Order: sequence, then structure tokens, then C-alpha cells
Amino acid sequence: MKKQITACVLGLAMVASLAGCKDNVGSAARGGSGDTIKIGFIGPLTGDASSYGQSSQKGLLLLEDQINNAGGINGKKIEIVSVDDEGKPATTSTGGMKLINSDKVVAIVGPVTSTCANSFAPIAQKYNIPMITGTGTDVNITKAGDCIFRTCFTDPFQGKVMAKFATEDLKAKTAAVLYNNGDDYSKGLFTAFKDSFTGTIVDTETYSKGDKDFNAQLTKISAKKPDVLFLPEYYSDVAVIARQARNMGITATIIGGDGFDSPELFSVGGDAVNGVYFSNHYTSDDTSEAVVQFIKDYKAKYNAEPDAFAALTYDAGKVLCESIKNAGSTDANAIKNALKSYNGSVVCGKISFDSDRNAVKSAVIIKTVDGKKQFYKKISA
Amino acid sequence: MSLVEILQQLINGLSLGSVYALIALGYTMVYGIIGLINFAHCDIYMVGAYIGLFASINLHLPFIPTLLIAMVGSAIAGVLVERIAYKPLRKASNIALLITAMGVSLLLENTFNAIFGAAQRSYPHDILAQKTIAIGPVHTDSLHLIILLTSVVLMLLLQIIIYKTKIGKAMRATSADKDAAALMGINVDATISATFAIGSALAGAAGVLVGILYNSVEPYMGIQPGIKAFTAAVFGGIGLIPGAFLGGLVLGVIETFVTAWYSPLSHAIGFIVLIVILIIKPSGLLGKKVSEKV
Repeated sequence: MKKQITACVLGLAMVASLAGCKDNVGSAARGGSGDTIKIGFIGPLTGDASSYGQSSQKGLLLLEDQINNAGGINGKKIEIVSVDDEGKPATTSTGGMKLINSDKVVAIVGPVTSTCANSFAPIAQKYNIPMITGTGTDVNITKAGDCIFRTCFTDPFQGKVMAKFATEDLKAKTAAVLYNNGDDYSKGLFTAFKDSFTGTIVDTETYSKGDKDFNAQLTKISAKKPDVLFLPEYYSDVAVIARQARNMGITATIIGGDGFDSPELFSVGGDAVNGVYFSNHYTSDDTSEAVVQFIKDYKAKYNAEPDAFAALTYDAGKVLCESIKNAGSTDANAIKNALKSYNGSVVCGKISFDSDRNAVKSAVIIKTVDGKKQFYKKISA
Repeated sequence: MSLVEILQQLINGLSLGSVYALIALGYTMVYGIIGLINFAHCDIYMVGAYIGLFASINLHLPFIPTLLIAMVGSAIAGVLVERIAYKPLRKASNIALLITAMGVSLLLENTFNAIFGAAQRSYPHDILAQKTIAIGPVHTDSLHLIILLTSVVLMLLLQIIIYKTKIGKAMRATSADKDAAALMGINVDATISATFAIGSALAGAAGVLVGILYNSVEPYMGIQPGIKAFTAAVFGGIGLIPGAFLGGLVLGVIETFVTAWYSPLSHAIGFIVLIVILIIKPSGLLGKKVSEKV
């Protein structure tokens, strides 16, 4: 037994030292061979969040086509190398290491989900590879270091936007919150809402992941008769909560964040989710030229309507490619500097980065009417 | 908390409890007859919900035929699981069976996840209208009442089957002593299959009802209610059919009041109460003290 353990430890040590060698060799040849610039993409192409990952990848591949058809970046074609993280942090790390060590990408777009982005950011930082997530909204992601950028808004920003919207547009004096206390997204939105709402929060209730019965919490909320009910949660639970709330006779206006954005919201929620408001990154109803053009291009390539994930990841890729162009080099530090001073316009509007490398941009408010999403207004930070 | 709110929470609790009770009936029945804690029971419940979903969406069937198809389908699924996974282990230790049951549970969950994806699906909205029913100042809805009623009817039906029919007599004999029952000419395999068929049909019915109630069917939907129903069954006295019913209702009420008082504790409380019950009365609420056979 002892011998086996020793052998294992020795074997591991050898593998580790070999891997170490490879890293050193790797950094010299970064940038892709000859005429291509390799850019990595990490996202959940399979698993629970696969619809998010696949949309994001499609958005990015559309950009790849467009840039290459227009002659590439500074005369070089780009090549997107995708890895599947299955929505799991462990797979993200191994996939990301493969991109850095064997594919020698110059920068990485993604990971798509906040949890995976959080787990990969320190690795990208360690290898000094610029990473730019178009969809990871958790506030901690960019705290990993100066290599990490984000082109979507953060969870606290959404909470703040909805608090402002409730007060100014809905004239709400009282609010109740029902949030998932086991989820970073839900907690992040709740905390920001609580800190920014100028009225009174009459009741705060929580539940856990997997709960399907919210009657106990809603009975308490119902007794307080709030003007708005803030539900910082993803569409599937929101639909169930909204139905139970309406069955109970709660008439408060339901508001929430980008987690509401899915056709499933209506298929599960039915009438109960009509007349709700939520903040989002982008709406296909937007009549701005960039949005119209993007939808047209996306439809031509995939024969489908792009969702927010496609648009956001397209934007992240675009910001990165324009920065590489501005830098005139694929050196990591040059790309980082170009990103920091980026100031341009993408599908979701104007983007620049603040000192924490988070995008400064506006949010849109969507209202649901008759089972459809409707653009309501734009709110800036 | 006002009186009206207390009454309303009591009704919420009974409604939630009726869901637990419905699932717990099948659990406790299989345990009562062959002494197996069938962890795959809650996944048969999920399978039933899916069968019902496809029957209602693809075949456009109304509620009652959907329910029947789901019950028949999950009965078949249950018997298959018993034949493939449990029967070869009939002579093995209880631990081996328990671990196999967990394996079957994971296998079913992940197979369904692989085939149908993790996305939540919902029954057609018009399959069973959910009407709010007001009783004075408090209210509940029609679907919860149907679930409660179904649990009561099934509980009575099970008692009749077990105590008044020939197959019930065979089940009780098998439960008392498998080998002796076989010597007396009882077909033990057929009896055990029948037990699984009935238990799984109950799970399938629960799957359809709860799937409609919460409007969501997904591969992992059985995990949480499964644990709660198991707790309810042990709580009421595992192996006892009225015990599962009572355990489910009591657990639902306790959980609802604790959620209303301090929601983060809602999932812990069921288990705290379970531990207390097991310390004070290990055989459960309705259980009788039995001396171990030597």
C-alpha cells in the first residue's frame, strides 16, 4: 500500500513538473501561428445552462465571420476556439487551461455564467491573459485583477436600477422582497435594492433553491399590502411565485432583473406574469440602428431571433477585437491597456470601463403585456 | 400574527402536507411489505410526471386519462426497476439494497436529464383549472383540495387492499416472513411486483398532481419532495399507511409555520422534529413498540 502511494506521489510530481515546463515554453509562442489571432471562448455548451452557452457562442461566431470577411484585425484573421465548461467551475478551469496552454489564445471571451467566471478569473489573471465576460454579472468577477473585464452590468447595478424605477416610475412607497438566500445573483440584487429603495421595505422573506411552495411567505407579504413585490430570481421560479401570489390575491406590481428574460416565463407563469417590469441588457424591440443590424445579421446566419446572451457575448467579442486593433499588437499588456481606454458603441449601446473594469452602460426596462415583452424605457447609471 | 393569518397558514400547511402525504404513501407501503427504503420512489414520481406531461401535450388528453396513463406507466417503470435492480439482490444485505436504490435514483434523474434536458416544462394551463376557494376570510385552491382528497381516498383504498383482499393477505404474509410465505404457496415474486406496481402508481399520480400544482416538471423534481415524504413516513411510523398520511400533514403544517416565522429555517425544521420524535418515540407517531425477533 505504502509503495503504491509513493508511486502515485512520484507520478504526480513528474506530471506537475512536465506541465510546468510546458507553461514556460508556451508563453514564448503566444499569439497564434502566422496569420491568425486565436481568441478563446468558454461557455456551457451542454448541461443545465446550455441555452445560454450556445446563444453566446453563436453571437461570437457571427462576429468572427464579420471580422474575417472585412479583412480581419490589422491584416490577420481571427479564430475562435471554443471550450465547453458544462456550467461547472471545475470543467471551466481545465478547459481554460487548455485554451491558454495548448491553443495559445491571446485573450478569452467568457465564461458565460457568473459562477464559472468567478472560478476562472484568478486563473486568467495568473497567466496574464485578458478575459472579458459579456454575461457574468456577479460583482466579484472583476476583483480578480487587472486582466478581467466585463461588458454587462453588475447585479448591484440592476438592484439599484429597479429601486430607482419603483420609486420614480411606479411611485411605490412600500415594497416586499422574496429572495433565494442560497443564490449569489438573488442575494446581490436584493442587497442593492434594499440599499437604494427610498420607500419602506415592509417585508423580506427568503426561500431555498428547489422550493416550489411559497404560500407561507406570500401569506405574510399579502397581509402587508406592498405596492411592489421585488423578485430577484430566474424565470422558472418567478413564474411559480407569481402564480401563487396572484392566486392569493396579491395585487402588487411584480418587478425583477434580467433573470426574468425567457419565453419560459410566460409558458409557466401564464396570466400571472403579465404586467411585470424587469431590467435587461438589451431588447430586440430597440429600434436603434446597431440593434436592427445585429438582428438582421444574426437571422441571416442562424435563422433565429438572437437573445440577450447572443448580443452580450457578441458585444464582449467586439470590444475585445476593437481593442486588439487599437493596441496594434496581441501582447497581453497592450490589449489590457487598450481595453481600459476603450470607448465605443456596440449592440447594447455605448460602453466604456470604470476603474474596476466593469462596463459603464445603460439598462432597459421591459414590461410584459399579453405574454410578450415590450420595451418600456432606458435607464442610465 | 392575526387569527386570520394563523388560520390561513394552517390551511397553507395542510395543503403542502397533502403533497408530502401523497408521496409518502407509496414509500411507506413498499417499506411495510418488503422492508426496503426505496429511494427511487421519488424518481418514479418524476417519471410519472413526465409520462403525464407527454400524454397531455402530445396526445391532447384531458386530466383523468392523463392521470391514468401516468399511473400505469409508472407502475410499469416501478416493476421494471424492481425486477432489474432489486430482485437479483433479494438475498443480499439491506445496506446493499439501500445503496442500489440510491443508484437507481441517480440513474433515473440523470437519464431523464440527458434525454429531456434540465429545462422546466409545464402542463397545459387548461388541463385542470385552479380555482381559488374562499372559506370566510381564508382561502385555498381547488387543486390542493383535490390532492388532499386523493390522498385520503388512496389511503383508504390501500388499507382495503392490504386488509381485505387476497393479494393484500399475500403482502402481509410476505412482510411477516418471506420464506415461510413461499412455503405456504404464496408467489413471493409476484406479490413483491404487485407491491411495487401499486406503490409506483401512487407515485405517478402524485407526480401528475404536483406537476400541475407547481406547474413545473424537471428531472430533479423528486429530490426535495422525496426527502420530505420519506421524513413524513418515518415521522408517522414507517410501514404504516395512516402514519404516512398523518406524518405528511403534520410535517407540512410545522414547516409552514416555521417558514412564516423565520424562513431560512424552513428546511431544517422537519429534520429537527424528526430527530426529536425518533428520540422520544422511535417507532414514529402511530408506530407500536415492537420487540426485535431473535
